[in-house]
Amino acid sequence: MKHVISVLVENHFGVLAHVSGLFSARGFNIDSLAVGETDDPTVSRMTIVAHGDDRVIEQIMKQLDKLVDVIKVQDVTQEEMIERELVLIKVNAKATARPELMQIVSTFRAKVVDVNPKTVTVEVTGNGSKIDAMLELLRPFGIREVVRTGTVALSRKSELTVSSSAKSESKSKEKSGTQKKTEKV
Amino acid sequence: MSELTGAQILIESLKQEGVEYVFGLPGGAILPTFDALYDSGLKLILVRHEQGASHMADGFGRATGRPGVCMVTSGPAATNTVTGLATACMDSSPMVCITGQVATHAIGSDAFQEADVIGITQPVTKHNYLVRDIRQLARTVKEAFYIASTGRPGPVLIDFPVDVSRAKCEFEYPKEVNIRGYQPHKVAIPNGQQIDRAAEAIRASKRPCLYVGGGAIASGADKELFELVEKTGIPITTTVLGLGIFPETHPLSLRMLGMHGTVYANYAVQGSDLLISVGARFDDRVTGKIDKFAPHAKIMHIDIDPSSISKTVRVDYPIVGDVKHVLKELNKLAKDKREQIKEWTVQIEEWKKKHPLKYNNTTDQIRQEYVIQQIGELTNHQAVVTTGVGQHQMWTAQWYQFSSPRSMITSGGLGTMGFGFPAAIGAQIGRPGETVICIDGDGSFQMTMSELATASYYKIPVKVFIMDNAHHGMVRQWQELFYNRRFSGSQLGPSNPDFVKIGEACGVYSLQVSKKDDVVPAIEKALAHQGPVLVHCKVAQEDNVYPMVPAGSALDQVMDMA
Repeated sequence: MKHVISVLVENHFGVLAHVSGLFSARGFNIDSLAVGETDDPTVSRMTIVAHGDDRVIEQIMKQLDKLVDVIKVQDVTQEEMIERELVLIKVNAKATARPELMQIVSTFRAKVVDVNPKTVTVEVTGNGSKIDAMLELLRPFGIREVVRTGTVALSRKSELTVSSSAKSESKSKEKSGTQKKTEKV
Repeated sequence: MSELTGAQILIESLKQEGVEYVFGLPGGAILPTFDALYDSGLKLILVRHEQGASHMADGFGRATGRPGVCMVTSGPAATNTVTGLATACMDSSPMVCITGQVATHAIGSDAFQEADVIGITQPVTKHNYLVRDIRQLARTVKEAFYIASTGRPGPVLIDFPVDVSRAKCEFEYPKEVNIRGYQPHKVAIPNGQQIDRAAEAIRASKRPCLYVGGGAIASGADKELFELVEKTGIPITTTVLGLGIFPETHPLSLRMLGMHGTVYANYAVQGSDLLISVGARFDDRVTGKIDKFAPHAKIMHIDIDPSSISKTVRVDYPIVGDVKHVLKELNKLAKDKREQIKEWTVQIEEWKKKHPLKYNNTTDQIRQEYVIQQIGELTNHQAVVTTGVGQHQMWTAQWYQFSSPRSMITSGGLGTMGFGFPAAIGAQIGRPGETVICIDGDGSFQMTMSELATASYYKIPVKVFIMDNAHHGMVRQWQELFYNRRFSGSQLGPSNPDFVKIGEACGVYSLQVSKKDDVVPAIEKALAHQGPVLVHCKVAQEDNVYPMVPAGSALDQVMDMA
């Protein structure tokens, strides 16, 4: 199953390499990874989309938590979340094809951000399924290039900040999480 | 306050951490730091190869529980420590490694003796730092020692660019560490609910078995563990890294489990209804075939590292915490179970009688088991013993009969040949006045034997016993059993050097033993000698380690042909 994991990390040199190195060394698959500074310039936030069964995701969370530069980890998938990705799509668009293209763009509340005689570049924002649907519809026009930011997400109910609750809280959650999971066994 | 150079700050910080010895070798990028070291009062153990420095620091760390320090230059010197870092990381050994680095402005330019040490060592360290700003240096050293020695211990590397070592800054050593992403004290104290559930499970169990690893030693929990066993009467087996946490002469000791563990330890694990893992991590050499591991047991796992729990084996009763704390809590709730589990312990006693550890000592050849057993007797099972990796390592685990913690120093996880001899030097530095013995193989010893000169020069009185069976013995054993006796690359005999001459060339008192009758006198001579000693033992060439659970088999599918 797909999981969206939010990670607060020290905004240091080398931290991204630490995190991505962990995924390759342990054989975990990353679907996407987006990273940027938070409102606190000493902290960056990574949003990692990964897939695996519960056990793999549990290990990913624990291994991330173990990194010294990782301040907090949250599996956003377990909460009600807002999930967005931004994609730029450059498609073939001769004059004759443009009306149909524009219709798709407006239906998806996307934007045309560049036009030239042969192509149109579209910007679309949304969750994974919206973007997949958009790409599907644009494919017949001939997609020349696609660039995706990777998913970013946040929980609607709780906040993941350095100060709101310490890392240990996520750890104790995890502890009881482990307990709950094993109770079912 | 006057300003110090980065090099001076580093050395002063090491002093603040109580460091007395540094294992190392100088070179370009670390020259300013070695200059500051020169008249600092810290003692340098100058090694012959940086790998040796890293294993010495590791051996020191395992023998004392305090981080060993190694200091080397950039590039090839730093990469030479990688095996040592990986060895320490796998076995959770505390260590601080300082590597020189090219100047910050040259980083990334493929400068002379430049390597991306942070990138290279990231997967083999607990944490690593590149110090780019001298104002961060003292704090970095403080954090490095803190991280190396707390929680689940491990190696921490500080990459130290030469321009930072020359820069100047006021020195104030921080009193406290506050790392928001690393707060091991918060996980050290176990959750009360988890303890209650665990205690209840222990009370209910009819065939319980303790399975104890290196984490119990790191935590210093030998007394608490002894109390738990004595109070409850639950039998106990240990991993190779757990050896010494519990006296093997005790009637409830099942000795080591796993691939070359005792038959009765493995049967006990397979037959148990509650397996209580204490500071161990279910390594594949311990579990054998994982789906058939302890098939009737509920698994309890006490570990300070949450990521160890449910990593390879599904755990029913997780307890995150420091082993010492956890056992103290469990002891409060523990009751005598001897009556309740009598059937179980009687069964185990039968297995013990039926399948004792044994070897054939009737031939003229010297058996390694015999030599190791005699070393055990003559040191009263109290020496600090290090090993290389292979047959001699497993026989040491089986036959020395360890009785105190931090007395077996061996590369369990990474299986690093060549670890034993430098680790012995480090252990001896950490425990002066105690008997430190390295039981090594002819293959393993040759990987790091250049440190003979180091032991000789500093008069480090380690006693090395080379079990020369003229083979990479464990490889030979596998080839005999599983590869149709095709001994590809395992025969060392024709090319082995004269070990006695090598020892003597380095100024080390060296003996050879080729007759069984000479074994005991040679051990006595070695133990009586003040300085380092090399004992070259010409042992049986085609001996195999049994019992053996072939890789990928269930633990109770034991080959026992001894």
